[in-house]
Parts: sequence; structure tokens; C-alpha cells
Amino acid sequence: MIRNLTLPWWAWILMGLCLCGFVALVVITVRRNRGMKRSLFAAPYTLWMILFTVLPVLLIAYYAFTDANGAFTLDNFRNFWDSNYESNKVILEVMGEDGAAYVTRGTVNVDTLVYSLWMAFQCTLICLILGYPAALFMADRHMKLGSTLVVLFIIPMWMNFLLRTIAWMSLLEDSGLINSFLKALGFNGVQLMYNSGAVLLGMVYNFLPFMVFPIYTVLNKMDYRLSEAAADLGCNGWQTLYKVTMPLSVPGVISGITMVFMPSVTTFFIPRVLGGGNTMMFGDLIESKFLTEGNWNVGSALSLIMMVLILISLSILRKADPNGEGGGIA
Amino acid sequence: MKNFFKRFYLAIILIFLYVPILVLIVQSFNAGRSRAKWEGFSLRWYGELFTDTRILNALYVTVSIALLAMVISTVLGTLAAIGIHAMKKRPQAFMMTLTNLPNTMPDIVTGISLMLLFLFTKVSRGYWTMLLAHITFDVPYVILSVLPKLKQMNKHTYEAALDLGATPTYALTRVLIPQCKSGIITGAMLAFTLSLDDFTISYFTTTPLVQNLSTLIYSAARRGIEPTLNALSALMFVSLLLLLLIVNRRTAEKT
Repeated sequence: MIRNLTLPWWAWILMGLCLCGFVALVVITVRRNRGMKRSLFAAPYTLWMILFTVLPVLLIAYYAFTDANGAFTLDNFRNFWDSNYESNKVILEVMGEDGAAYVTRGTVNVDTLVYSLWMAFQCTLICLILGYPAALFMADRHMKLGSTLVVLFIIPMWMNFLLRTIAWMSLLEDSGLINSFLKALGFNGVQLMYNSGAVLLGMVYNFLPFMVFPIYTVLNKMDYRLSEAAADLGCNGWQTLYKVTMPLSVPGVISGITMVFMPSVTTFFIPRVLGGGNTMMFGDLIESKFLTEGNWNVGSALSLIMMVLILISLSILRKADPNGEGGGIA
Repeated sequence: MKNFFKRFYLAIILIFLYVPILVLIVQSFNAGRSRAKWEGFSLRWYGELFTDTRILNALYVTVSIALLAMVISTVLGTLAAIGIHAMKKRPQAFMMTLTNLPNTMPDIVTGISLMLLFLFTKVSRGYWTMLLAHITFDVPYVILSVLPKLKQMNKHTYEAALDLGATPTYALTRVLIPQCKSGIITGAMLAFTLSLDDFTISYFTTTPLVQNLSTLIYSAARRGIEPTLNALSALMFVSLLLLLLIVNRRTAEKT
């Protein structure tokens, strides 16, 4: 494995510099220089992030705005809007005005994006509906189950998520457990696999814990005396939930929505396994642009579009939770 | 009655989460190759596991990368958190944006952007590029778990240590780091788990020549998963569970 590594000369120099910087830092610390600034401790990390996060993102932007020869172009984005853009251009060039009759807009890219957003929206909604009560009951002081349940929600994640998703196949497929059970009872089998429903199930299954944790964290930190006070002042259970608990849990809900929505727009493994290729999602599309078609420029444009969409939706969500109080997994 | 309903609901959700895992474990004891048909109990796949070099190699890659990425990102992240904490407001805000940036990027974009970087710089993808990618997505999580602990700390403690004659190194190792130990441990655990379970970023930053378990499973998924993979993940699952129980017992004894 080590022998496979072939680097250009300047990458070695760069790596050498990083290493020197790191060693120098440690040496300075060890020399007990009282005047040394602690903020320098972040230097190796800053360098690392610029090299391996900022630079790669800039590369995506570079490829999105250039053609195969490296010249500036917006064609990749036109390609997103009209997937027949290249062939239409040829038709119009060859046939001139007459070609207009043969030109049709290829909608596959836009359709896939809309479909992915719709699926992700449904997935987030289902996770919220299923996850909110779960988080609420977990945080219930009288049940005293909280921390044990958190662990119980984490444990499934130790099983490789691809295998867990594949395991759903053995439950859902035509000869699978659910259908065998139905047939044993005398019912007809149902087609459960290879449709949007199966993909949705897989997504909810994989992302549900990401909705439960942040809501639980916020509810658990909430001062329980507030709901007691509400009850003393004459609220019934539902009113307390609706007027006190729910508004206070908004940061957790926002954080949960973010953590479910983002991975579900971009997932490409789940639709491939459970959708069996009938349900192309945006992640699929990007992956196939890069690895099947080898078209980095259009692929980068699609990635950039997705990044921008996600950044916009995040900033809208942030407005609702300006202090960023919604906890993460930890 | 009310409590019964709550417990019932939570039980249903948990069953939903555990059913596929149960199916996997049962399948790993199936004598036959078929996913659907039960052909009798057997340990055949557990035996074959230890002779399958592809799987053992993938296991080695997965675990070694998870451990290395955990150690490196914990050191890098803890130092960075201490540094960021000591910064003035402006640079601190900049560093926090930089730290939150990977969280706002979908995995597939992170993976593809790193793939582009490696292809652009003509670095051949494999073990080391995958390790690099894993460190990159782990470090922010370490920082985000250590920083809150530093913020909770009384900021004069460190200065007091210096005034009382401690060298900065001594104050660092005896005052600062012990204070945020729990955050460091959480960060390290998070880094290890994330790295162990990652598929998307690994998929783009390595080639079929060097595979971890996730990418191996992905490439096997089209042909149908070999039951040996089920056996392996059942083993890993049970050992992690045992580890958790032991750690739990230990901490329970201490308190």
C-alpha cells in the first residue's frame, strides 16, 4: 500500500513544510516559552482545513465553470437545465433554423433534483412525526429511561449501514420474510421492493436517530419546572405540550431537520439497493456523472448547485434558531 | 396506562431499528447461501471468514484507518480547540466557520471534492488518501466536542497555574487537558465511530484495489452479499456491544 503512493514533487515539499511546522510548534511548546501564543496551536489544523476542505471546494467551483479544455463557460449549468443541451447545439448548428422543430429540452436533471427534494421532504416529515414523540418520551423524567435509551438508539449504528440497508431487502423482497408471512396467512404477496416507498423506508430507517438525538438533548436540558408551572397555572397536558414544551424544543427540531434533510437529499446507496435503479436520486446522478460518464465539469456543476441549495436552506433554518442552541449528536 | 403507552411506542421504534440487525445475525447462522430460505443452523460462514483474505484485508483497512484517524484527529482537534479558544473574537469566528463548513457539506460533495483534489494533483488514491479523508471529516467533530468543555472552564485557572510557577507545558498537560478530558474522549469515540461506518467519502477517495468493509460490501451488493460478510458484521457488532457493557460496568463501579 505504501508503495502505491506517487506524489508530485511539490506535494512532498508541502507535506514536509506541514511536518516542519508541526514539529516546530511542539518544540516551541516544549521550550517552555512563556510568551508563546496559545492561538498558534490551531495553526496545523488551519493549514489542514485549507488544504483538504477549502481547496477541494474551490476545485469543484473551478471545474463547474470551465469546459474540458479549461476555458471559462456556463455550459455546465445550461446542461443541468437541459440535459440535451449538447445534442441540441449540434442540431441547430447543422440544420440552422429548421432544426428548432427537433430540439427538445431534456428534463432528467431537473426532474431528479425535484424528486430528491420531494423524497427528502417526506423523509424529514416522517422522521419528525415518528421521532418527536420518541424524544419526548425519552426525556420524560418519570420514566428514568433517558440515557439507556440513547445508547439503545446508538447501538444499531455500529452495524455497517450498508449491511443494515441490504438486510431490509431480505424482509421486503418478493420471496422475503414479510411476503412469505402474508402468503402463509393466505394473502397475496405484495410488491414491496424497487419503488419509492421502499427507498423512503430505508431513508427513514437510517436517519431517524439523527432526528431523535438533537430533540432529546434540548428537551433533556429544558427546565422541567416550566411544564410543572404550566400545569399549576391550569394547562392540561396537551396545552403544556403545545404552549410550553414544543416552542422550547424548536432549536432541537431545527437541528434534527438539518441532520435528516441533508443526507437524505444526497444519499445514493439507499435508492440503488432498495429502489433497484427505478428511483434515481440526485446523489446517484452526481456519482454517475463522475464515475460512469467521466464528465467532471457537469458533475461539478451539479454538486455546486446542490451545495448552494443546502446552504440556502441552512441559512433559512438558522434564522429560526439564531443562537445555534440545537445540540448535535454529542 | 399513560406510561404503558409511552413504553409501547418506544419499544415499537426500537424494534423497527433492530429488526434488520436481527435478520442479519440470523442469516449469518444459516447453512445455505440463500437470503430467504432457512437451511439449518451452521457456523460455516464464521469458519470461512478467517480464510477469506479479501474480507480480512478490508477489516484491517477499516480498523487501522479508524484507529489512526481517531488518534491523529484527536491530537489535531484538541490542539486546535485550545488554540481557537485562546483567539480573539474575529479570528475565532473565522475558525468556527471553517470548522462548521464540512458539516454543511453533504458527504458526497466532500468525497468528490477530495477525489478531484487527488486526481488534480495526480496522487494515486488508496490507503493513505482514504486515511487523509477520514482525518479531514473527523477533526471538526473533535473540536466541536472539546470546545464546549474549554468554554465551561474558568479561564483564570490556566493563568493561575502560570502565576504559581507552572511552565506553559506543565499547565497545558496538568490543567487544560485534564479539564476537557471528557470532551476529548467523546470526540475520539465519535471520530472512531464515524470513520468505522463511513461509506460515501471512502468510496470516492480510494480505488477498488484498497477497500474498506463499506466499499467491499458496496461492490458485493450487486452480486448478492456473501454470508461471510454477515458473519463478520455480527462478530463486530457483538464485540462492540461487549466492550460497551464492560466500559459501563467499569464506570458504574467507579462512581
